[in-house]
Amino acid sequence: MDMAVSNHTASGNRMNGFSAAPVDSRPLAIEARGLVKSFDGTRAVDGVDISVPEGAIYGILGPNGAGKTTTLRMLLGIIDPDEGVRRVFGHDRPHDIGRLIGYLPEERGLYPSMKCIEAIAFMGALRGLSLKEGRARAVELLERHGLGHAADRQIRQLSKGMAQTVQLLGTLVHQPRLVVLDEPFSGLDAINQGKLELMIRALADDGVTVIFSTHVIHHAERLCEGVAIIAGGKVPYAGSVEAARDRIPAQVRLETRAREGGWLAALPADTRRNGDFFHFPLPESGIEPLLKHLIEGEAGILSLSIERAGLHDAFVAIAGEAAARQLAADNEGARA
Amino acid sequence: MSDMIRPRLSALEAAWVIARRDFVAVLFSRAFLFFLLGPLFPVIVGGLAGSIGGEVQREAVSFEVGLAMSGDDNAAMIAANDRLSGQLGPALPVLRAVPEAAGDAAFDARAFMEARRGNYAAIITGSLNAPRLVGTEGQIARWQGPVGLIAGHALSVQPAAFPQVAAEAVATSAASERTSRIQTAQIAQMVLFLLTMLLAGMVLSNLVEEKANKIIEILAAAIPMDAVFMGKLFAMLAVSFVGIAVWGLVAFGLWAAGGDAITQVTGFDPARLPAPAVGWPVFAMLGVIYFAMAYLLLGALFLTIGSMASSVREVQTLSMPVTMLQLMVFFLAAYTIKQPGSALEMAAVAFPLSSPFAMLARAALEPELWTHALALAWQALAVLALVKGGSMLFRKRVMKSGGAGRDKSRKGNSVSV
Repeated sequence: MDMAVSNHTASGNRMNGFSAAPVDSRPLAIEARGLVKSFDGTRAVDGVDISVPEGAIYGILGPNGAGKTTTLRMLLGIIDPDEGVRRVFGHDRPHDIGRLIGYLPEERGLYPSMKCIEAIAFMGALRGLSLKEGRARAVELLERHGLGHAADRQIRQLSKGMAQTVQLLGTLVHQPRLVVLDEPFSGLDAINQGKLELMIRALADDGVTVIFSTHVIHHAERLCEGVAIIAGGKVPYAGSVEAARDRIPAQVRLETRAREGGWLAALPADTRRNGDFFHFPLPESGIEPLLKHLIEGEAGILSLSIERAGLHDAFVAIAGEAAARQLAADNEGARA
Repeated sequence: MSDMIRPRLSALEAAWVIARRDFVAVLFSRAFLFFLLGPLFPVIVGGLAGSIGGEVQREAVSFEVGLAMSGDDNAAMIAANDRLSGQLGPALPVLRAVPEAAGDAAFDARAFMEARRGNYAAIITGSLNAPRLVGTEGQIARWQGPVGLIAGHALSVQPAAFPQVAAEAVATSAASERTSRIQTAQIAQMVLFLLTMLLAGMVLSNLVEEKANKIIEILAAAIPMDAVFMGKLFAMLAVSFVGIAVWGLVAFGLWAAGGDAITQVTGFDPARLPAPAVGWPVFAMLGVIYFAMAYLLLGALFLTIGSMASSVREVQTLSMPVTMLQLMVFFLAAYTIKQPGSALEMAAVAFPLSSPFAMLARAALEPELWTHALALAWQALAVLALVKGGSMLFRKRVMKSGGAGRDKSRKGNSVSV
């Protein structure tokens, strides 16, 4: 599956071969072309293209300050792009279909004096749900997520994790078809991160499109079928996670008994030697011709492994070392 | 998706969702109770100060005029004063014999007063035929006539009787009508101004709280920002009506309990206020509508300022120029009351922020109603423009990602694929 394409980098890159139209037959929940947004002369987002099919879990992956939140805000109509177009379920103005969308911002916020049940019902009312129905659903959702006992508690009386759950339930109370989550995992402990992953999967199972931003690669890798890698306001890659990984050749790790021999000439030119191990990308011709040379040259193969590239390797290759380092630093910061 | 969900919220429905929440939240907050009590403190303090001040003044300002005549003359003067006081009342002084002068032929009234002895406004010496008044110039000017009248009455053998003057009052005259209605216009403007300033301030910190609680982005994502602004404005307007109703009830209760005393202390009797040109019922209705307009106009400005600010302190700094502007437009409207039809008055009517004040004064002075319909439409338009402008400014300036972005001057990015 190919989710989408983006290529607005100045110098042109290896993404040029991608088609702008999604190859999958599902209608698009989100379609953005050439989104540009500047603040005070600084380009926060610089020509972003994203296409997300209905029912997909889609990640926007990038370090802090890359333009993830601004992109999401433009997609939701909170701010308008300076250039480019965005369509949500085919509508140019996302507010026109506000009842189909649920949004959890990065900076969580609820009225501290509101009761949980009222907070959820109010968020539903913002999306067109009657207060009565909102309260009924709030009770049901709170019960289902183990917070039934807190229904009449004020938000200020909840723990941070509980308040975050309440806000997420408020995002879902009107049963949206598109759920947009900005850094949903930040601030959650491992257990709650796991619960959230389950919730996201459950939403997708129900046909809900979920798009979330994150700077944690493994969340995107575990959950998403599509991902947009964003760095410096640009999206150098937007497509399926599989396709991103496939862009990086699998890595071969070889250990031999012999140190020298004619078989060395058969190894690819970009082979790195690290102690007893040789590391090189899997040749395009495959491993079999190389194996033949190694056996005939009596290299004495002690071990041989072929590892498929992960999303992290793809990110490093696509977004660059600097962005990858920043991403790692963000993760460290978040953990701290 | 559930059938219970209505189609996309209209701007009015969205504003209603916001207004309902804000109204309930503010009304049932402890802060609102303090807010309601707020104006009572100056009223109570003012009342107490006025009462104490009045008492002190009553004690300090003496209407007693001392008598330092012969014993018989003193008695005749007091008797004449008593007889006259039935008809002349407060125009006459209270006469008391000066004890220090009794039996002292050499009593020097001038030296007595200059020595600041006794507590007399003036002292009468001499005889009934030739009374002499000793006192300051002000007191002499005040009591010279009455003392002469009392002395003359004391001299007459037959008690004098003044003919009763029949009275026939007319409500007003063409010449005095306008002059007296100006008083109504001025008081109405002042009340409108005080209420607007007192209540519109509530809007100021409203959005700051929302930004502090990080809720604003949820609102902005769900509904248009102008609906958020509109909802907040009308919620606070409704809250202010509750406040006015409470204060009005308290004022009515106080008036019912001690209206006479209040009139006596303050010298203000609302029952004697001249009727406005459009009549009291229409005037009251216009007063409510113009208050709403003045509130919405100022509130929209304050809301915009509040949305730009990130802290209450910043709000206070930013709102200062608007408060000054509001004072200036009030003074402009107040100044032009006596210049109907002048260019300045038309400017006060046309400028949205001063328009409610100027038009309320017009309602007191002019009977035409069509001008009010026109002015209200203009003011409503100005409210819409302010709300639209404020929400646009908010979207443009506030919803930025913190610290993100890339300088335009940077070439490309770090992609190395």
